[in-house]
Amino acid sequence: MQTSSLRHLVLAVATVALTACGGGTQQPAATQNASPTIQINGAGATFPYPIYSKWFSEYNTLHPNVRINYQSIGSGGGIRQLLNQTVFFGATDGPMTDEQLKSAPGPILHLPTVLGAVVPVYNVPGITDELKFTGPLLADMYLGRVKKWNDPAIAKLNPGVKLPGTDITIVHRSDGSGTTYIFMDFLSKVSPEFKTTVGVNTSVNWPVGVGGKGNEGVSGLVSQTPGSIGYVELIYALQTKIPFGAVQNPAGEFVKASVDSVTKAAAAAAANMPADFRVSITNAEGAGSYPISSFTWILLYENPTDKAAAKATLDFMHWALTDGEKYAADLGYAPLPDSVVKLEEAALQKIKVS
Amino acid sequence: MRSRDLGFRLSIGAFAAALLLIVTAIGFELARQSWLSIQRFGFDFWRTSTWDPVAGEFGALPFIWGTLYSSILALAIATPVALGIAVFVSELCPPVLRSPLIFLTELLAAIPSIVYGLWGIFVLVPFVRLLETWTPESLRALPLFSGPPLGVGMLAAGLVLAVMVVPFTSSVAREVLKTVPETQREAAYALGATRFEAIRAAMFYARTGIIGAIMLGFGRALGETMAVTMVIGNNPQVSLSLFAPQYTMSAVIANEFTEATDALYLSALVEIGLVLFIITLLVNGLSRGLIWTMARQVSSKVAA
Amino acid sequence: MNSLGTAAPRKILSALFVAACALSVALALVPLAFIMFFVVSQGIQSLNLDFFLHDPRPVGEPGGGMRNAIVGTLMLTGLAAAIAVPIGVVSGIYLSEYRGTRFASAVRFAADTLNGVPSIVIGVFAYGVAVLPFKHFSMLAGGLALGIMMIPLIARTTEELLLLVPNALREGALALGATRAKAVLTVLVPAALPGIITGVVLALARVAGETAPLLFTSFGNPFFSTSLTQPVSSITVQVFSYAISPYEDWHRQAWAGALVLVTIVLICSVAARMATARVARIRGGQ
Repeated sequence: MQTSSLRHLVLAVATVALTACGGGTQQPAATQNASPTIQINGAGATFPYPIYSKWFSEYNTLHPNVRINYQSIGSGGGIRQLLNQTVFFGATDGPMTDEQLKSAPGPILHLPTVLGAVVPVYNVPGITDELKFTGPLLADMYLGRVKKWNDPAIAKLNPGVKLPGTDITIVHRSDGSGTTYIFMDFLSKVSPEFKTTVGVNTSVNWPVGVGGKGNEGVSGLVSQTPGSIGYVELIYALQTKIPFGAVQNPAGEFVKASVDSVTKAAAAAAANMPADFRVSITNAEGAGSYPISSFTWILLYENPTDKAAAKATLDFMHWALTDGEKYAADLGYAPLPDSVVKLEEAALQKIKVS
Repeated sequence: MRSRDLGFRLSIGAFAAALLLIVTAIGFELARQSWLSIQRFGFDFWRTSTWDPVAGEFGALPFIWGTLYSSILALAIATPVALGIAVFVSELCPPVLRSPLIFLTELLAAIPSIVYGLWGIFVLVPFVRLLETWTPESLRALPLFSGPPLGVGMLAAGLVLAVMVVPFTSSVAREVLKTVPETQREAAYALGATRFEAIRAAMFYARTGIIGAIMLGFGRALGETMAVTMVIGNNPQVSLSLFAPQYTMSAVIANEFTEATDALYLSALVEIGLVLFIITLLVNGLSRGLIWTMARQVSSKVAA
Repeated sequence: MNSLGTAAPRKILSALFVAACALSVALALVPLAFIMFFVVSQGIQSLNLDFFLHDPRPVGEPGGGMRNAIVGTLMLTGLAAAIAVPIGVVSGIYLSEYRGTRFASAVRFAADTLNGVPSIVIGVFAYGVAVLPFKHFSMLAGGLALGIMMIPLIARTTEELLLLVPNALREGALALGATRAKAVLTVLVPAALPGIITGVVLALARVAGETAPLLFTSFGNPFFSTSLTQPVSSITVQVFSYAISPYEDWHRQAWAGALVLVTIVLICSVAARMATARVARIRGGQ
C-alpha cells in the first residue's frame, strides 16, 4: 500500500521522460514542399528586441508557416553565432569589423532596420530640471575627471540649476553590449583622450564606476543610487520614466533624444551611405539631430545554404522595410529614412535564393 | 558465480566511468579552448589586474579575488547559522516542529538563483545601502568599510550567497548529526554534562561530516552566477572593502561570454572558467584530505 | 571530557547556546519569508488562465502567457532526468559496492568536482559538444547540459543511501545464494529506492531553476515547440528576458513565471519529503 504512490511517482517521471523522447519525433522537419513550417533562428542585439518581436509576430500572423525565432543574447553574441552558423541571421548595434568579416565562411550583408538612441540618465538629489551635457563633459565624467555634481564644467552648461555637491557615481554596463558600443563611439569621437584611454568596443576597461547588467540593470542602479549617471537606450528611459538629459550636437544645439531628432541624424548620413551600410551616425551634422544615434543592423549571408529560409527571410525583409517601419515610432524607434530604404531594397538583390 | 559478479562489476563500472569521462572531458575542453590565452599570458593571467577587451589585455586577479572573498564571506556568515539550524532541528526542537522546519530550509534551496538575484536588487541592495549609510565615521576610516554607500558590492554579494548556502550546509550537517550514535550523548549526560556540552561532544564525533557539509556550501558559493552578478556591482578591482563593487569569475563569464567575438577575448573568458575549475578541484582535494585524516582519527578512537 | 567546573556558568552557557541555535533558525526564515512574499505578491497578479494557455505576445498586446516555457521546462527536465538517472544511480551503486577501490575514489572525486562546476561552464561545454558541431541550438543540448549537472547529486545520494541499508539485508541475500548483482538489484536498491528518488527529485529541483546553461544550448523560442532538435523556451530563460526588459507588463509576467517555477520545485520537494517519510516508517525510524 505504501509503495503504490512511490510506484506512481516513478511511473510519472518515466512517462515524462518517454514522452519527451517520443514527442520529438512526430514534429515534421522543414522541407522544400508546399507550405511547410519554416523555422528561422536569429540572435543578436537586445536593443531592437521589442520591435523585432513585434515584427516577427505580425509577420507570422500574415504568413503562419514562417516562424522566426529571435533571441536577444547581445550584439557580439549575434555576430559569433552567425559566424559559427548556429543561427541563420544575426543582429547588431555595432557593425562587424573588417577582421570579423574576413573570418566569416562567406560574405555577409549589413541591413539597417531601425534607428535608436542612447541617452544619459541621471539621479541627482533635489534636481527636477532637465540637465544639459556636452560630449566632452560626458567623456570627462566617465574618465573619472569630473567627480562632483557641482563641478564648474556642469554648472556652466546649466545656469540657474542648484547643483548639489554630491559625488558622481558612474554607472555603466557590466555585460558586453551594442548600447555600450554606440556610446563609446560617440565619446571617442568627441574626446581624443577617451579614445586612447578607453576606446570603442561592446565591452571596455572602465576607468571608474559600477556595472549594471543590461539596460534594466543600469536604469535600476541609477534610479536607486542618488548622485548617479548612466546610459541606456531611449526606449528604456521612456518606459521607466527616468530623467534623461540633452546632449550638444556639432551644430551647438542641445538636443533631447526623440524619434524626430534621431531620424534627422540618419538623414544626413543617407547622403553619404557606403555600399555596405556600415556607417556610424554618432555626432552627426545637421540641425536638430541627436548626436548619440545609431543604426541597428540585421546580418545575413549573401549565399546561405538553406534556400527556403533565404527566400522567407528576403520576403520578410521587404515587408519590414515597407510595412514594418510603420510600427517603429509607437515603440520608440525611429524609422529609416526613405533614401536608405531604397538603397537597401537594391542591396537585398544580392541574396541568392536559389 | 565469480564471472557473473565480474560481469556485473564491469557493466556498472562502465556507467561510473562515464561520469569520470564527462568531468575529464570538461576539464580538457576548457584547457583546449583557452589555449590561445594560456600561451599569450602564461602565469601572468593569475597575477595581473587589467581586463581590457579593447586592448587585448587580460588579467584574472580581480575575479579570483572577488570569487574567493565573496565565497569565504558567505561561508563565514552561513556556517554558524547553518550549524545552528542543524543542531536545533536534530537535537533541540520539539518533534512536532521538526518536519516543518526541515521543509522550510529545503524551500530556501529550491528557490531559483534568478529569483534571488531579483530579490537582491529590489530588496537587499537598498537595505545594504541603508546599513552602509548608517556606518559610523570611525568605522568608515577602516579599509574594510571604505567607499561610498552604493548598496551593490561585496557585502550584498556575501549576504545573498550566505542565504543560498545555508540550506545546503544545514541539510547535510543535519543528516550527519543523525548518524552520531546515542551512546555518545548518553555518556556525556551520564558524566553530568549540560545540553551544550553533550551536543558539543556529538559535533566533535561528527566533525568529519560537518567539515564536509561546510565544504559543500563553499562549493555552492564558488559557482553561483546569476544572483551574484546582480548585486556585486561588477567592477573588476581588488579591494578589501565590503562596500566596494567587485567582480567574480562566474559573473564575468556570464556577462561577457555571449558578446565576445575575437578569439583572444573568448579564450581569456574560457581560461577564467578553467581557473575556476582548478580552484574547485583544489578546494575539493583539501576537504577530502581533511575528511580522510579526521576519519582515521575517529575510527582509531572508536576501535579503542 | 574536560573537567567540569561549577554548575551555574555552564548552565548559562548552555542556555545561551540553545538560544543561539533558535536564533539561527529565525535568521534563516526571515529572508525566506521576504523572498516568498516578494515573489507571491508580484507574481499572483499575472497568474490567470491565459498565462498557462497562451504563448508570449509582443509587448503591448494583451493575453500573453508562458505556455511554451512551462512545457519547455518540463520537457527539458524530463530529458535531463533520462540522461542523469541511469548514469547517476548506477554510478552510485558502483561507488557503494566497490567502495575501497582506487577507481571508486577517482569517480567520487570527479563527482564532487562536477558538483562544484558553475552551471555556466557546463553550458559552455555543452555548447561546444552538442551545438557547435551540429550548427544548431536544440532541446537535446539543453537537456544534456542539465543532465550533466544532475549526475553528481544523484550519484552521491544513491551511494550514501545504499550505504545506510543495514548490512543484515545484504548478508541475508548472499547467504541465500544470490549473486552480487542479484543481491544489489533485487534487495538493496528497492530498500533504498525512496531515498534514491529523493535524490533524483532534489536534483531535478536544482536544475529546473537554472538559466545560464540554457542560454547557449536550448536557446529560447517564442513559439510553441516540442521538437528535440529545435530551440525551446524555458521558464527561467523567459523570466530572465522579461525581467531585463523595460515593460511593466513583461515584468509582471516574469514574476508570475518565477512563482510557477517555485511552485513546481515545491511540489517536487514535498514529494521527496513524503517518500523519505515512508522509508523512515518502514525501517522503524532512525
